[in-house]
Amino acid sequence: MEPILKARGLVKRYGKVTALDHCDFDLMPGEILAVIGDNGAGKSSLIKAVSGAVTPDEGTVTLEGQEVRFSSPIEAREAGIETVYQTLAMSPALSIADNMFMGRELRRPGWRGRYLRQLDRPAMEKFARDKLTELGLMTIQNINQAVETLSGGQRQGVAVARAAAFGSKVIILDEPTAALGVKESRKVLELIQDVKSRGIPIILISHNMPHVFELADRIHVHRLGKRLCVIDPKDYTMSDAVAFMTGAKEAPQAA
Amino acid sequence: MSQTDQYEAVASGSKSEIASFEDTRKGFVGRFHHALHTTPALVPLIVLVAAIIIFGLLLGSKFFSPFALTLILQQVQIVGIVAAAQSLVILTAGIDLSVGAIAVISSVVMGQFTFRYGLPVEISIACGLAFGTAIGALNGWLVAAMKLPPFIVTLGMWQIVLASNFLYSANETIRSQDIAANAPLLQLLGAKFKIGGAVFTVGVIFMLCLVLILAYVLRHTAWGRHVYAVGDDPEAAELSGVNVKGTLISVYAIAGLICAFAGWALIGRIGSVSPTSGQLLNIESITAVVIGGISLFGGRGSILGTFFGALIVGVFTLGLRLLGADAQWTFLLIGALIIAAVAVDQWIRKVAA
Repeated sequence: MEPILKARGLVKRYGKVTALDHCDFDLMPGEILAVIGDNGAGKSSLIKAVSGAVTPDEGTVTLEGQEVRFSSPIEAREAGIETVYQTLAMSPALSIADNMFMGRELRRPGWRGRYLRQLDRPAMEKFARDKLTELGLMTIQNINQAVETLSGGQRQGVAVARAAAFGSKVIILDEPTAALGVKESRKVLELIQDVKSRGIPIILISHNMPHVFELADRIHVHRLGKRLCVIDPKDYTMSDAVAFMTGAKEAPQAA
Repeated sequence: MSQTDQYEAVASGSKSEIASFEDTRKGFVGRFHHALHTTPALVPLIVLVAAIIIFGLLLGSKFFSPFALTLILQQVQIVGIVAAAQSLVILTAGIDLSVGAIAVISSVVMGQFTFRYGLPVEISIACGLAFGTAIGALNGWLVAAMKLPPFIVTLGMWQIVLASNFLYSANETIRSQDIAANAPLLQLLGAKFKIGGAVFTVGVIFMLCLVLILAYVLRHTAWGRHVYAVGDDPEAAELSGVNVKGTLISVYAIAGLICAFAGWALIGRIGSVSPTSGQLLNIESITAVVIGGISLFGGRGSILGTFFGALIVGVFTLGLRLLGADAQWTFLLIGALIIAAVAVDQWIRKVAA
């Protein structure tokens, strides 16, 4: 089977620091691929390279068999790759609805949209409310409240809801449950399963081994800027995975 | 995994309605704070209304007349227009020190193209407007593409444009009588008309329309939301799909265009085309923006606030002059207002107050 998203020989250097060292990456259609690795292993750089946030110095990225070169996250998004960044990428002073539709606002039908370019606030608010309800984010009282008035977990929920609502080919989640409470984490995990059942593959970056082993079809172990190995969570234990990524144990050769 | 599922399963029986709480800060201060947080233009509006009432009580009908109140509008029209441009730039967390210089050189271009090259006045005005827009766009390109700090870019541009203005115009003033005789269109924004005792100029109407249009655009269009998002956190805006570079360049270019209109209004106001006019517009526009409650850190505030800020300055200036006070008292009070405005801004930002 041909990978939907493939990277070969990615190199990214920041000055003298090498973040990606001839790194390969494969995402198969319809799967959940977890990416695990120590802090500083280059997970975020890898994700940024395939989502357009950074341009790799060397190497190629292929989406559905076509080589792509994203020079901005906007291009990646237009190609159907939606990312939830660790920093969440939200404007604190703007409302939840404004944030969810940032960069792809809906305009009112008819002359008010065409000539006055007026935003369709009611539709945007309804959509945002529906998506948050789907995610079980009932503790958000007002869809028009500024994002800065939300708790960390609520902000994360909004960011995940945004990606799930708009991602068409690949969804990348960078530490989606890091700031969430038990109930919200469970909702996000359910949402990930739900997105997968719609046939959209997901890249999940996480330090939370129980979540990784519960969800992932395959686990990409990242170490020192490259892919160390890819393991099947059914064949290995969490301790094995941690041992591989920290270098405490030799990685299996056939992956 | 069964163990983890159990503790999580408990949560599935939880309530599913949208949370609501009793508002514990029912007090006046709490509600007032909330209102200010959602409507930042409220503070300058309150100050404005209070200032009008106080001067009205002190001066009676001398101040509280349609003539005097519309005189304020005439006196603030230029600053009001320039401050609208300044607001756009400051909302993106930038600053534009070249606004006054752009206004003046645009007016000089309009005048000199008509009188030196004999171009039709309509074309000269279009050239002046295009010239202002081009300088603004250059500012925006330097800020967005070259990643230079807006303060430095516009400080440099201020000097460059002002010097070019004197070199190009040879420091010559085009006299009011000549303009009135040959190219009255240049003075269009100064044309007066009366409604009862109130005196309006086309420039005043232009300022009012400009403020209303910008208020609409900033609130109800995607571009307006992008301006706020870029000022709030440019990296987040970029990652969530906003064309940050394009937004910044367009903001500076539109600011340049608005300044060029201010240059046109300047000809109407003073009658002549003078390369030495409008020297204080930078500081006066920034003052109006700050008193109007727009945060210098970007992303917060409204254009209506700026308009009220400009009016506050106008009310103080006229009111104190009618009271016979030394003009320095005006500056002193404006200075105090600036500091007070920023203090109030900090208080409003405290979400958890």
